Amino acid sequence: MSEFQPKIVTFLCNWCSYGAADLAGVSRFQYPPNMRVIRIPCSGRVSAKMILHTIRNGADGVWISGCHPGDCHYIEGNYYARRKFFLLKELLEYSGLEPGRLQFSWISSAEGVKFAETANHVIEKIRQLGPAKRFIKKLPEVA
Amino acid sequence: MESRIKEIARNLLEKDEVDGVIGYRRATLPHMTEPFMAETPEAAEQLVFNRNCRMNLSVYLTPQLFKTKKRVAVTAKGCDSRNMVTQIQENRYTREQLYIIGVPCKGMTDKTKASSDLPTDEILQANCRTCVSRNPVISDALAGEPVEELSLGKSRFEDVAAIESMTSAAKEAHFKEMLSACTRCYACRNACPLCYCPTCFVDESRPQWVGKTVAPTDVMAYHLVRAFHDAGRCTDCGACEAACPMDIPVRTFTRKTIRDAKTAYGWETGMDLSLRPPLDRFGLKDPEDFII
Repeated sequence: MSEFQPKIVTFLCNWCSYGAADLAGVSRFQYPPNMRVIRIPCSGRVSAKMILHTIRNGADGVWISGCHPGDCHYIEGNYYARRKFFLLKELLEYSGLEPGRLQFSWISSAEGVKFAETANHVIEKIRQLGPAKRFIKKLPEVA
Repeated sequence: MESRIKEIARNLLEKDEVDGVIGYRRATLPHMTEPFMAETPEAAEQLVFNRNCRMNLSVYLTPQLFKTKKRVAVTAKGCDSRNMVTQIQENRYTREQLYIIGVPCKGMTDKTKASSDLPTDEILQANCRTCVSRNPVISDALAGEPVEELSLGKSRFEDVAAIESMTSAAKEAHFKEMLSACTRCYACRNACPLCYCPTCFVDESRPQWVGKTVAPTDVMAYHLVRAFHDAGRCTDCGACEAACPMDIPVRTFTRKTIRDAKTAYGWETGMDLSLRPPLDRFGLKDPEDFII
């Protein structure tokens, strides 16, 4: 059996990290194809409900990336996001999510290399954790 | 204290300074009180205050109420008054619309232990043991002499630290066990003065963020999102736990957010009317060790 291939839901901010992913692509930097990218206007747009929803639906990991503090297209969105993510990550790991399933990073649109490196790091970390088993809704959903 | 509350309420209503006084009155069950709004000086005689006033009355201070009442008085324990500060910060109403009858409080009894023979100290609610503001933060009149605050120090968050010291798998098992009794009745939400969204996330169906069943994942998701919505706003008044028919310690989640907001941002909810809540502002040097 081949190595475990995690599915990682990745939220990338339109202005920085999504640009970085683009740059990594055109520069041919390599990273494994385990991510499913969702483009968002700002890391501040991500709510706790979205993160829990992805975990509930079986994502092996969630990675959220936005602009560096001070570089937010909306001036301060990522500062608010930072507070929100801190409290959420603490709360989720307190209630039994394995540390490492939830990852955050700041990557600017000029950092194609950092994007590829971080992607490798995140994917490797989640690969080590193995398939997600906690907080997943296993029964078929009733519409 | 009770007679003083009645007196203040009667005075206010006689002078027509307020349109109603929200307080407690005797309920039909022993060791219980029910919320009550006195609108006439005679009705004020029914107001009571004792160690069974677990409810947080700020849950009734809604914009809908202030559509028909210009100004209301409300009895407030320390924690309740902090919730009123929070609600004013969140523009639910203004300070002028409220006349706060502050009640210094030495703790309420636990609803299930109240009828037992345990000594007085032991029937206290869990949240009252770690209370940081037994005296009202804001008030227009005090119904009793201020009481001494507890000196807690490190022991305040012992319960949170105990869970944090578990392994990840043990934490998961602990919470699964803890929530196994939950029937999703939402009593904790309805009792909570913070839970006032016009449409609660559990009632949303497009998109449906959390499942509606009592499967462990769905129950967990509900409690997690609820705790997260209360992050930086919860005053640990214990109304959720007092309302829980299954005796689930739902404060376990909110206390974690209280502790984190305290350690990371130095935030204590509802202590100062002039401050904005922690998730409504930011610091340039906020902790970010967890970010790559």
